[in-house]
Amino acid sequence: MAEPVLELRDMSKAFGALKATDGVSLDLKPGEIHALIGPNGAGKTTLIHQIAGSIRPDAGTIFFLGQDIGHLGVAGRVRLGLGRTFQISSIAPEFSALRNVMLAVQSQQGTSYRFWKPVLSDNSLVDPAMAMLERAGLAERARVPAAELSHGDKRRLEIAIALALEPKAFLLDEPMAGMDPEGSKGLTRFLDELRAEAPILLVEHDMDAVFALADRVSVLVYGRMIASGTVSEIRADANVRRAYLGDES
Amino acid sequence: MNRETLTSAALVLLLLGIPLAAMATGHNFYVTLASRMAILALAAVGLNIALGLGGLVSFGHAAFFGIGGYAAGVLAWHAMMLQPFPLGLPGTKLMPVIWLVAMLAAGIVAAFIGAISIRTSGVYFIMITLAFAQMIYYFAISFPSYGGEDGLSISLRNAFPGVNTLDPFTFFLICYLLLLAGLFLFFRLRDSRFGAALQAARQNETRLAAVGVSPFGIRLAAFVISAMVTALAGALYADLNRFVAPSMLSWHMSGELIVLIILGGTGRLAGPVAGAIVFVLFEHWLGGITERWQLYLGLVLLGVVLFARGGVVGLLAGKARHG
Ligand SMILES: Nc1ncnc2c1ncn2[C@@H]1O[C@H](COP(=O)(O)OP(=O)(O)O)[C@@H](O)[C@H]1O
Ligand SMILES: [Mg+2]
Repeated sequence: MAEPVLELRDMSKAFGALKATDGVSLDLKPGEIHALIGPNGAGKTTLIHQIAGSIRPDAGTIFFLGQDIGHLGVAGRVRLGLGRTFQISSIAPEFSALRNVMLAVQSQQGTSYRFWKPVLSDNSLVDPAMAMLERAGLAERARVPAAELSHGDKRRLEIAIALALEPKAFLLDEPMAGMDPEGSKGLTRFLDELRAEAPILLVEHDMDAVFALADRVSVLVYGRMIASGTVSEIRADANVRRAYLGDES
Repeated sequence: MNRETLTSAALVLLLLGIPLAAMATGHNFYVTLASRMAILALAAVGLNIALGLGGLVSFGHAAFFGIGGYAAGVLAWHAMMLQPFPLGLPGTKLMPVIWLVAMLAAGIVAAFIGAISIRTSGVYFIMITLAFAQMIYYFAISFPSYGGEDGLSISLRNAFPGVNTLDPFTFFLICYLLLLAGLFLFFRLRDSRFGAALQAARQNETRLAAVGVSPFGIRLAAFVISAMVTALAGALYADLNRFVAPSMLSWHMSGELIVLIILGGTGRLAGPVAGAIVFVLFEHWLGGITERWQLYLGLVLLGVVLFARGGVVGLLAGKARHG
């Protein structure tokens, strides 16, 4: 099997006495969707934050594309190719959906220090941004201020922004959270194809989506990885059933 | 033309109309008042880049205003006294050179202050910028070579090649044209890629970082540009009064610039113009009636903050739109 794109080794992070991440190791290989599941408060979001650089781990190393990225900040990791979405939508509320995506496009082009040319008439920004909105199913809402988008559309906007970054790996934190069943199904089909562009570390509560999509599943409980394997292995795992799946199915 | 553009054009023309009407009716004093409006507006256009677009509530922009003023005063003083600076550099009475020096000096100081203060946010940022400005203020007071507490007179207004700057309306036009240039800069910056990143830093810095742009660099660049524009206004202000004093550097001045922006409309293109017109008229008329005019200004400000968030421009043009 190919070299992993992303590899975590022995990550730990405590908030006071609470061990939110407790010796977690995992990797993400080219072309795969690796799902990270676990009950609320298990430390999934905290782990994503540490990979993205918005929380410093207490211990552990992160390799991305063969390089230790521990010293890089959030923006630096994004520029290397780590594209993330937030569990709670994080957008520029006054800007339209289109301008939110245009911001990602200009960053991807490395052109944020251009001081003179108006962006709204700049096709090298507008066209790629529109294309990403179309892929995310949000083209008709392009000119709506992001604050006025529906919850589901904000989730789609998060995806469109991540797409525009053309990342080498996606970190998606509960992209389906709060979406209607129709939206979840659409997004499941979308992610299924997206893995060919870049592998996905997918945190998700929607078990239908996880079991439909994941090449591998890792289960986090109280900050510890209690199991990791294929979908059928995880379904069969007694520990997982007791700790997590039991109350779902 | 949309309402915002129309409002901006009307305000800018109004400012030009004030000295014209004043001269037509023999109220020549108002020409000087209009120059004061244009200069304060330009200073606030500078601050509006940091505060309005970037959300950086600098309570220390008097530092840059004063640095601009002292650049004009000190360069003129050396020229008049025929005393070269160290290394034999001469003083100058030439406005364009003075402006350049004012902007460069403020830019360098802003890069330093910004590099330290922009790592903080909220109240800390306000306090650190205030502290730096007060440090420069006390430095000016205690530095006797250039007048110390008494300030420094410019016995004859500095010169611009080909025009008579002693004529009040000519001087107004110089200030007014520089204000237009400042407004044009603001307009282009706001709509540029840099402006998009800067406004995103204000709206949601987590989002900006998550698309791969470090908010720090964007804010620092904005702070420096902002300071340079305010310093240019400071140089003009010294020439308007033919005098520069430490009071240009004091926190009152920083506060006035913020008040002016809030009155006019934070982040709006013509906000500083509206704010400066209202502020200077208030100061002139009410200040003639009562010592406590600032109390009434305070009440107006409170009204704006509570009931008219967008200031004068917000009232005239409605909510800002970002496309
Ligand atoms: N900044 C923080 N400070 C203190 N505790 C935190 C912080 N962030 C998360 N936690 C705690 O860490 C645990 C893991 O949270 P989180 O990573 O959000 O879980 P998940 O995403 O799996 O639901 C929770 O108990 C949460 O309350
Ligand atoms: Mg979470």
